[in-house]
Amino acid sequence: MEINLLVFGQIADITGKTTWKVSGVKNTDELSHILAETYPSLQSMKYSIAVNKKIIQGNTELNNDDTVAILPPFSGG
Amino acid sequence: MNLSPAYQRYQRQLMLKEIGMAGQEKLLKAKVLVAGAGGLGCPALQYLTAAGVGTIGIADFDIVDITNLQRQVIYTVEDVGKSKASTAATRLKNLNPDIQFQVFNTRLQNDNALEVIRKFDLVIDGTDNFSTRYLINDACVLLCKPLVYGAVLRFEGQVGVFNMADKETNIITNYRDLFPEPPLPDSVLSCNEAGVLGGLPGIIGIMQATEAIKIITGIGKPLCNTIVSYNCLSNCLRNQFYEFKVTPAEKINSLIPGTESAFLNFDYDWFCGAGLHPYEIPAGEFDILRMKEEITIIDVREKEELPVVNEFLFTQIPFSRYEETISNISTNNKIVVFCQSGKRSLKAVKMLVEKFPGCKAYSLKGGIEAWKKNNSEISV
Repeated sequence: MEINLLVFGQIADITGKTTWKVSGVKNTDELSHILAETYPSLQSMKYSIAVNKKIIQGNTELNNDDTVAILPPFSGG
Repeated sequence: MNLSPAYQRYQRQLMLKEIGMAGQEKLLKAKVLVAGAGGLGCPALQYLTAAGVGTIGIADFDIVDITNLQRQVIYTVEDVGKSKASTAATRLKNLNPDIQFQVFNTRLQNDNALEVIRKFDLVIDGTDNFSTRYLINDACVLLCKPLVYGAVLRFEGQVGVFNMADKETNIITNYRDLFPEPPLPDSVLSCNEAGVLGGLPGIIGIMQATEAIKIITGIGKPLCNTIVSYNCLSNCLRNQFYEFKVTPAEKINSLIPGTESAFLNFDYDWFCGAGLHPYEIPAGEFDILRMKEEITIIDVREKEELPVVNEFLFTQIPFSRYEETISNISTNNKIVVFCQSGKRSLKAVKMLVEKFPGCKAYSLKGGIEAWKKNNSEISV
């Protein structure tokens, strides 16, 4: 079980990469938890999660080969 | 095509059968508000004006700064120090004298947003802060006005259309369905702090204008409930463009002020965290404090940063070296930390309070920019 992860904006600055694969995550809460452990700066950041391009609300189950995208808000104009 | 002089300028788009004379008439009758005449607003304004959108509102309280010229290419060196909204209107009138411009030299806030937005058919959001973005979103929800959203940072931009039903699904979403809660104030960077490549807001702003023109003329499929993310550094389409489909979040939408009086009373600055910090001191209070007692003032800006401050004495500890220097800071007096916009100084104060629990430290709210502005208003 492996998912594709894409990150945007300031989150990519923190992770140092924009796309990679994550194995063994069952749902989006678990993924957020793993990310926060790997990158502590993410703990204080708000972001929206899209599973296969759909923005989700609340914990969502993940399936093999799903693409999860993480989008932080930004306000520059 | 035999055109009357008034329509000659639109010849290239009248040729498009999807637009034609009927579409041009719709554009000439349309009323669009552009909120923020900055990086996004300027290009949006130029293309809306050129396309013949009949009435265009320009809302911006700011003045042109030399650092704006790198991306806000409607302005020139002579405009520095002048009102953005008025200057933009003058330039745009030269581009297309048939357009009616309504200039709002003011910050959109609770007590004027509904009155201003009500006059228009749709709103383009080119503002630069979360507080105004949530305010504009909620006003558009309340008044049922389509909102063309855009935002940029560094090399990335987002564009989308909210508050307008998708023709196929009839679904309507708004900005809060994408970002239910604003980020913590010190967890995100603004273009002032993180920078932005000049062409990027140009691209996103023109995409916003194009979405507005699609909506007005009814052609194609507007980006309803869709956010397109664009990264200008990437060379493969998959990473350059990415789309997010937004769906309604009922729980979240119950938080949007449901009536005009609820809207008037909603504190957007507080909602976006500006009022959450006990560690901030507004410019006026800072002046009172430093007159009243001896305080330690620390500038955490890097050496070359402007503006130069010579109105009071301070210690300079650049934020890049702050962590290693923090233990040397004396906490005998009250401490006020400042930077340009008040974000780094807020971080610095939090670090100080963690290091020296109980110390009296404050971050100058809005930074030295807000302080300078406050003082120039007083002296005028």
